Amino acid sequence: MSISLEEVEHVALLARLELGPAEKEAYTQQLNAILGYMEKLNELDTENVEPMAHVLPLANVFREDEVKPGLAPEAALDQAPDKHDNQFRVPKIV
Amino acid sequence: MELYNLPVHELHRLLVERQVSAGELTATFLERIAAVEPAVKAYLTLTREQALAGAGAVDDTTGRGEILAPLAGIPAALKDNLCTRGTRTTCASRILEHYLPPYTATVVERLEQAGMVSLGKTNMDEFAMGSSTENSGFGPTRNPWDPERVPGGSSGGSAAAVAAGEAAYALGSDTGGSIRQPAAFCGVVGLKPTYGLVSRYGLVAFASSLDQIGPLTREVRDCALVLQAIAGHDLRDSTSAHVAVPDYTAALTGEIKGMRLGVPREYFPAGMDPEVKTAVRRAVDKLEELGAILEEVSLPHTEYALPAYYLVAPAEASSNLARYDGVAYGHRAGGADNIIDMYCRTRQEGFGPEVKRRIMLGTYALSAGYHDAYYLKALKVRTLIRRDFEQVFAAYDALVTPTTPTVAFKLGEKVGDPLAMYLSDLFTIPVNMAGLPALSLPCGFSQGLPVGLQVIGRPFAEATVLQIAYAFEQATDYHLARPDLGVRGEK
Amino acid sequence: MSGDYEAVIGLEVHVELKTKSKVFCPCSTEFGAPPNTHVCPVCLGLPGVLPVLNKQVVELALRAALALNCRVAAFCKFDRKNYYYPDLPKNYQISQYDLPLALDGYLEIDTEYGSKRVGIIRIHMEEDAGKLIHEGEALNPGKYSLVDYNRTGVPLLEIVSQPDMTSPEEARAYLEKLKAVLQYTDVSDCRMEEGSLRCDANVSVRPAGSTELWTKTEVKNMNSFRSVQRALAYEIERQIGLYEGGEQVVQETMAWDEAHGVTVPMRSKEEAHDYRYFPEPDLVPLRIEAEWIGRVKEHLPELPDARKHRLMQDYGLSAYDAGVITASRDLADYFDACVAAYPQAKTVANWLMGDFSRLLNSYNLEPRQAPVSPAELVELMVMIDRGKISGKMGKTVLEEMFATGKKAKDVVAEKGLAQISDAESLRPIIQEVIAANPGPVEDFRQGKEKALGFLVGQVMRATRGQANPALVNELLKESMN
Repeated sequence: MSISLEEVEHVALLARLELGPAEKEAYTQQLNAILGYMEKLNELDTENVEPMAHVLPLANVFREDEVKPGLAPEAALDQAPDKHDNQFRVPKIV
Repeated sequence: MELYNLPVHELHRLLVERQVSAGELTATFLERIAAVEPAVKAYLTLTREQALAGAGAVDDTTGRGEILAPLAGIPAALKDNLCTRGTRTTCASRILEHYLPPYTATVVERLEQAGMVSLGKTNMDEFAMGSSTENSGFGPTRNPWDPERVPGGSSGGSAAAVAAGEAAYALGSDTGGSIRQPAAFCGVVGLKPTYGLVSRYGLVAFASSLDQIGPLTREVRDCALVLQAIAGHDLRDSTSAHVAVPDYTAALTGEIKGMRLGVPREYFPAGMDPEVKTAVRRAVDKLEELGAILEEVSLPHTEYALPAYYLVAPAEASSNLARYDGVAYGHRAGGADNIIDMYCRTRQEGFGPEVKRRIMLGTYALSAGYHDAYYLKALKVRTLIRRDFEQVFAAYDALVTPTTPTVAFKLGEKVGDPLAMYLSDLFTIPVNMAGLPALSLPCGFSQGLPVGLQVIGRPFAEATVLQIAYAFEQATDYHLARPDLGVRGEK
Repeated sequence: MSGDYEAVIGLEVHVELKTKSKVFCPCSTEFGAPPNTHVCPVCLGLPGVLPVLNKQVVELALRAALALNCRVAAFCKFDRKNYYYPDLPKNYQISQYDLPLALDGYLEIDTEYGSKRVGIIRIHMEEDAGKLIHEGEALNPGKYSLVDYNRTGVPLLEIVSQPDMTSPEEARAYLEKLKAVLQYTDVSDCRMEEGSLRCDANVSVRPAGSTELWTKTEVKNMNSFRSVQRALAYEIERQIGLYEGGEQVVQETMAWDEAHGVTVPMRSKEEAHDYRYFPEPDLVPLRIEAEWIGRVKEHLPELPDARKHRLMQDYGLSAYDAGVITASRDLADYFDACVAAYPQAKTVANWLMGDFSRLLNSYNLEPRQAPVSPAELVELMVMIDRGKISGKMGKTVLEEMFATGKKAKDVVAEKGLAQISDAESLRPIIQEVIAANPGPVEDFRQGKEKALGFLVGQVMRATRGQANPALVNELLKESMN
């Protein structure tokens, strides 16, 4: 499989990155080189192999349903690039 | 030896014997930092006032005649992806350049409880993505053994700080080798614990199923002491294991007679640095000399670990890093008149090229139509890699391998070739994929640069790993070597 | 609906679970708090935080799954659903994708053709998003939106039905029943006006009797059961209109415009959705043992159907009455409390279904919020039985009790509404009425029973409704014969 410039543009939008034209070219090339290397995985027959998402055999880790105080609004909004009335302010959503 | 070059356990003895106060010790390290930091650039943020205040508190404790904990009053450095309340935590990224977390990571809390004197936050590859610390958004760190060379990465700042005497110990994080590879390049000890042994709460995530925090120290005993302080279950991390934490120093007997150690043949491929190979072969002989039984073993899926890793890790990263969007914290690009433009520009401006490359790779690997061919395939290969290890561990107590295929390379050497850079983690990545503990310690030199020996253990067998490493260390003197930084006062 | 077509409707319902704390952090789930006061590093998605699952979320989800006759998965896990939106601080939602908590359930609903089973495809757990406030008007949007993360991380269940409903009425019946079941099991408040129950619909039409599926649209933005019913009715007619005009239905998402009573296409996103699901590495899977399921099953409260049958069996209520009363757990609880003290169940049912419900509606209250307690309502009914007040007067008294929160006997005393059941006091009035109405008196004596009603009315008027009608009747007859 190889990735086209158009796919790179699509993936960049999915990932919310505004790549410049030179970057798109470079990433297309580099991603193709890297994905070419990944082809190696196809040497392996994994038909009957279970995928491993977790290395630990853990299950059922819970916390009790208890309320604890969180952050004061001033602390929650302390790092906000833009705020208004104790809310985060963002450019309009189209 | 200068105070700043002593191991943690020696410094502890000096503090207990009142030969030095924590305040004096901290001042010594701060002076050392002032002297060598321009050449090394290990730190992104120094917390001088905090360090002196912390040291003062420890000295008050000593003054009251209380018993000092092993790490109390010892100056340390923290990788800048560990959240510290009110202290800048940047992950070496422009997107978090001015970010002040409102909370502290569990490991840092535990070290603070243990009396750590925190000197500051160390440089790294941006969001821990890299093997040279050249991907820092704020300039590279230099290898204390040769300023033309990289310290390794991504915990390059932490490894260099310890090697250069700018901290008695440091914390790093390891997703594919980010503690062990820089430890090997800088000639220090670095341990990646078993996945789940150390809480990840407050570690800024790169790849959640692979990340672990661990110590970088001068000696194996120090490593055991730091691990002791940070290991153990944490209610705030669902992937934190419920295991009893043993006394790690009790394992430091120097005795390894009869232990069965495997040497996987796949870790000595054609084309690796012959001097590195020789150094590791000699280390293997040394372990045999110490009474261990060494045998060649095979981990047949080793070569698939790297390509699988570069699908799993970027996939998780693409999701973990989605939160840096300019909404609630961090950098926000100006001038955007709608939210999508704001997102795209913020992330374009805030992230460096390697981070973007991995986000692109991971997004692609998870996207519709490719998910099964790439991401799912990689998870299946992960199972095969884990099985390889399970099979050899049925017959062997641990494995020994080189930590890296080469010694530290030159700055700029691999920047233009991402794949070549990725290959420097060839021997460390399989361990993360399988969630195992592994330690790198100095085992020789090639071209005047340190070579690392990697000891890999069974899950939660850190004590065994430390036992083997300690026996080797005590039978050799590589751990006593210090880089010459050409600073006045240097021996 | 045009007779040649039938509708195919499936509903996707989100309900907020009734937990004290959020699904992955200990912040409060309380509704209506000032912006960003129920937030912490975890629900704000700050760098380095990790989720830890609230056990009560799984308990409630299991309760819902069992009450909805689902098969609970022995093994399930959480996944990340990746998309960028400012109400989602991590830009991914922790949800369940290919291995949800429960599958293959059903819900029995009452339709005009009798009982019908609506299939439930799946139930899964996920986290809620925050709240956005858009500056400006819909037609003239402002430059900014504001974000409040209080709701972020409130636990949600997503309940997806089979496309088994064929009319807006059935869809509404399904929602009413689902709400009842979730309220009975204490899983959710299901308050649509507070957003604790939300509903999206998939709708298509096809020739009546056909089994093929035609193009469907998704309808969103419906904020009451009534608007679901209206929106579906509109959308079905719109689709039929398209086909009849020789056009095709386009698969798209429509928004219900409540003010104008129409569905309108939602602005299409710039890209097709690609959620890039993958297993949430920060959470471990769930293994739900039979023993756990058994324990939840054992403690499952009585469900609406069972309660309805109990009311029919134990109290002889009609299926209709029992259905109305058990449609809301609150009302059924109120009923039970009343009949415990006052065994004439039919009378209780009539009050509850009649004036009591009417007053609740007019004050926009739930039964448990009623200013009149079950004991107080019983007191009122007893006063009527004992002839202290007339039944008609009782309605006025209940209104006053709702308005003032006072007890029946205080209302009666203060307003002088007590019934005159004393023959001696009534006799002079009766004589006056007989004297003043010789015509009707004569008619009555001729055998015209109707005239008696008129005369009773005159007495009631003279006593401003306070006379005991039965006694008046008796006294009039006695005096005229």
